[in-house]
Amino acid sequence: MRRFSHSVRITAGKCRGRMACMRACPTEAIRVRRGKASLLEDRCIDCGECVRACPHGAIVAATAHMEDLSRFRYKIALPSPALFGQFPEEIPPEAVLASLLRVGFDEACEPTAACDAVARAVGEYLNKHPGPWPLISPFCPTVVRLVQARYPSLAERLIPIDSPMEIAAREIRERRARQLGLAPHQIGIISLTPCPPQMVAVKYPPRKKSSNIDAVVAISEIFEPALRVLSSTKLAVPAGGLSGTGLGWAVLGGQLEALSAESCLAVGGLDHVERILGDAEDGKLAKVRYLECQACAQGCCGGSLTVENPYVARTRILKLAERCGAPRQPRQFGDGGGFQQTLLLPGKLTARPLAPLDEDISVAISKRTRIAELLHGLPKIDCGACGSPTCRSFAEDVVLGRAVIDDCDVLIARRSRRHLDAAASSKHPATTVGARVRERSP
Amino acid sequence: MSEQPVFSQCFEIRGRDFANAGRVSTTVKSILKEIGMAPALVRRAAIAAYEAEMNVVLHADRGFLELKVSPGRVQVTVVDQGQGIGDIELAMREGYSTASDEAREMGFGAGMGLPNIRKNADEFEIESDVGRGTRLDFRIRV
Repeated sequence: MRRFSHSVRITAGKCRGRMACMRACPTEAIRVRRGKASLLEDRCIDCGECVRACPHGAIVAATAHMEDLSRFRYKIALPSPALFGQFPEEIPPEAVLASLLRVGFDEACEPTAACDAVARAVGEYLNKHPGPWPLISPFCPTVVRLVQARYPSLAERLIPIDSPMEIAAREIRERRARQLGLAPHQIGIISLTPCPPQMVAVKYPPRKKSSNIDAVVAISEIFEPALRVLSSTKLAVPAGGLSGTGLGWAVLGGQLEALSAESCLAVGGLDHVERILGDAEDGKLAKVRYLECQACAQGCCGGSLTVENPYVARTRILKLAERCGAPRQPRQFGDGGGFQQTLLLPGKLTARPLAPLDEDISVAISKRTRIAELLHGLPKIDCGACGSPTCRSFAEDVVLGRAVIDDCDVLIARRSRRHLDAAASSKHPATTVGARVRERSP
Repeated sequence: MSEQPVFSQCFEIRGRDFANAGRVSTTVKSILKEIGMAPALVRRAAIAAYEAEMNVVLHADRGFLELKVSPGRVQVTVVDQGQGIGDIELAMREGYSTASDEAREMGFGAGMGLPNIRKNADEFEIESDVGRGTRLDFRIRV
């Protein structure tokens, strides 16, 4: 099995062991040992909460930087719709696109028409699907990884339709290569992303061999230069043509808006997503047909690589979407042989469930019993001082050999207090304690 | 044959505590996943445990769920202090329910609880004492 590459990097030199990342991690994938954070790789789902939480910038998204793009002859920026919610309201999306030409790109295109095409394909897929329900949206890469790792039985419910960014990238590459007489590989399609996991989705695209996107740059990286251009230069802004329904994909529920399918449900924020997936797994959501799940509470506009407050960004997107309206003529993608066929992904999506406590079920049961016993003796205050996020995960770490019981400072403090109390109640308290201290000092 | 290891844990369930209803069966599910039980078995156990937990929440003042996991089987026993079931045969019928209007308004009490447990378990036993409480026990073979 291939090792999973992650979209976040911890720089040990910058890490001061403050544990903010460990506490923020929704899958308990971070441990802090000897003052440095480290990742339990198979547990990480690339949500980027640690990037957001680190006060020292020690955890960064492993996205590309502008200077890494020089290998491409012709660079096309393909921003996520979330980009348009980052700028002040008076700046229209068309101006944002124009500004990208001044910060290092040769062209800028946008994926809203592809969003609409994908929404239609999803609607068609839902109509043809005989069950079981609900089907789950595959467009948030963190949710896809969460399902693979923690809800493996739901992996087959992720709809096998390619993402709008991939479809838009494929179309623009074919068109430009023809027009400019370049080989397809000389064209670089650079996705401007609101979140780290987009990078993993490009490196290891689910259900296919390679992505149509060549590199991924964080929205936060191009935001400042773009804003500087926008506030200092008068740009020639071409006429619009963005689809409002497509823009809506940047906010939670946007997929449903464009879908107009009945009995759909949009859920944002990993805690709520986990609960709803748990219900779906138990068959409690059989009346829901489509589940739009987003790791970020407000959807992509609030990703960890964005700059604006997610609620402000959300409001802007909704206003922009209303101003743009639904497209008068939906654009077709692919060869016209029915859009669903060309947008469908043939490959299988495999589950990659978290490893159990042990491959041998008897040993796993014994280990689970040992965890429960250990937990019983722990303070259960989840202080995190041991370097595990909860007393429960600490007990597991001890049983799996990732920690030793003496890493629990609270137990040690209690033990030494008992010694002190015992010493205090004996006849010569001062001597006893004093002797102990002297023994230790050099 | 050497002695088989058994994991066991007991959980309290509070009657009419709708805000926390479902937590115990969620924990049962995650324990079975950690141990590495097959997804299909986890699902059956989770559904049956959820229905048993909801029965306590809907009909009793208080109850306990005990989970026992051994390499060969998963066993769940739920004991409650509640009104009891007068006619178990009738209660086992699909669609039969004595849930309160309040519970029905919240979407519970469709009368599928006990039939669902029987459907998902390999072995199922229930005994009840009217006015005192109910004890049910189900097993799923690994």
